[in-house]
Amino acid sequence: MADRPLDFNILIVGGGPAGMAAASAAAGAGTVGIVDDNPNLGGQIWRGQSFAVEQKNAAAAMYRRVQQAGVTHLPRLRVLDAPRPGILLAESEAGSYELRYRKLVLATGARERFLPFPGWTLRNVMGAGGLQAMVKSGLPIPGKRVVVAGSGPLLLAVAAYLYEQGAQVVSICEQSPFARLAKFSFGLLGDPRRLAQGVGYRMQLRRTPYRAGWWPIAARGTRYIESVVLSDGHRTQEVPCDYLACGFHLVPNIELPALLGCELLHGFVRVDEQQQTSVSGIYCAGEPTGIGGLEQAILEGEIAGLVCSGRTEALRPLLQKKKKFGKFADRLARAFALRPELRGLANAETILCRCEDVSFGDVRKHSSWRAAKLHTRCGMGPCQGRICGAATEFLFGWNADSVRPPIFPMRFGTMVGRGCTQENKLQER
Amino acid sequence: MHKPDQPAIRILINGKTLDAPAGCTVAVALAIADEACRTSVQQQERGPLCAMGICYECRVTVNGVPHRLACQTICAAGMEIQTNG
Repeated sequence: MADRPLDFNILIVGGGPAGMAAASAAAGAGTVGIVDDNPNLGGQIWRGQSFAVEQKNAAAAMYRRVQQAGVTHLPRLRVLDAPRPGILLAESEAGSYELRYRKLVLATGARERFLPFPGWTLRNVMGAGGLQAMVKSGLPIPGKRVVVAGSGPLLLAVAAYLYEQGAQVVSICEQSPFARLAKFSFGLLGDPRRLAQGVGYRMQLRRTPYRAGWWPIAARGTRYIESVVLSDGHRTQEVPCDYLACGFHLVPNIELPALLGCELLHGFVRVDEQQQTSVSGIYCAGEPTGIGGLEQAILEGEIAGLVCSGRTEALRPLLQKKKKFGKFADRLARAFALRPELRGLANAETILCRCEDVSFGDVRKHSSWRAAKLHTRCGMGPCQGRICGAATEFLFGWNADSVRPPIFPMRFGTMVGRGCTQENKLQER
Repeated sequence: MHKPDQPAIRILINGKTLDAPAGCTVAVALAIADEACRTSVQQQERGPLCAMGICYECRVTVNGVPHRLACQTICAAGMEIQTNG
């Protein structure tokens, strides 16, 4: 399979809000491209939104800006490797591509953190964002009983969305204790827009119990989930449901930045005020620099886009706005820090690595991520430890010691094809 | 979002015909058809977890191409989907 080169002055990885903002801000600076593995722009938060002309929402407005900027959108294309500086290797259903860039913006977003508990592998136990994504993708939800549980501001947003779509949201359980959430909410008084959003969600869901300091301890059922057992550490309650939407806040997608050699700090990509990473010409925006939410992602994307295109004169107001956002990501992390009880949910037989069906008991015997991988195949399946690795980070304090290419499963044809291009042959001699 | 009046797209899931709502993903079509996406190493039925291309629980064979992620693939007319991959 031949590599098809595509050349960009500025290439953006990730078509969510941060990537779209970067692309539109970089308009006029030569060829600008967005590569993304989803069929449509919008990332997870704007998934399934109509970008039609008559739409007045922020997503549609951003989409129009990207269109007007003449940005090349490369959908359904997953970046797998960075074989040489200035080149990314990507794969689609149809084949493999070499993407060339002079400047690169990494807007790879975040994923949910999942923690193992008995029954979490049953069908219809999904991420909170996961179930929302399914409904946005057409899953009929009216009348279905849903328990939303785990941690993070996403839970309320998902619960409100599902309710709006006709689901019967039975219960919302946030593991964080009430006192900590109250402190966080109090802190939002200086941030009327976010506060109004939170209050709005609560009003919509006023008939649904919101329990702070409660968490799921088991999912029960045979093939599908039939009920979930919730606990506050003292009491337990079994709640019948059709779906459990459960995620424990978010984990940044830092695999590609790490592969490119970008320095990480506390698990996030380290950037300066202008979104520049430790690697010259590579910028990072949005959740990989800190879980800060939509507005912060857009702002960081705009900054990265302007800096890439050399339009630094337009930066000043954005940098001031960014300062005002301050440490929102830190406040979020504090408010939704995971309680230690969550480390004890799985029993020895509970599956920890879903790709390879490795049990919690087998993984627990080892002293590091690397040892567990070598002895049990934990983290060696197709997700490459993105699910169980984020769990073991919290459960055992382990860190993935290295990121190696390909960062997602690669087809053999792509691997073979790479060796066949003229340029590669010349380099190998 | 699926609306009852939306046009349907005819696809094949393990040889059986399904009229899936237009624009839905293969993962959604499988859920509507009550089919698991895959069988795990220990023979458990699995469905989507993350629904955003990360967990690989939803991988299926689409038009003969194995290991496609059902959550990132939009149904197209005549698409043939095979599970148990």
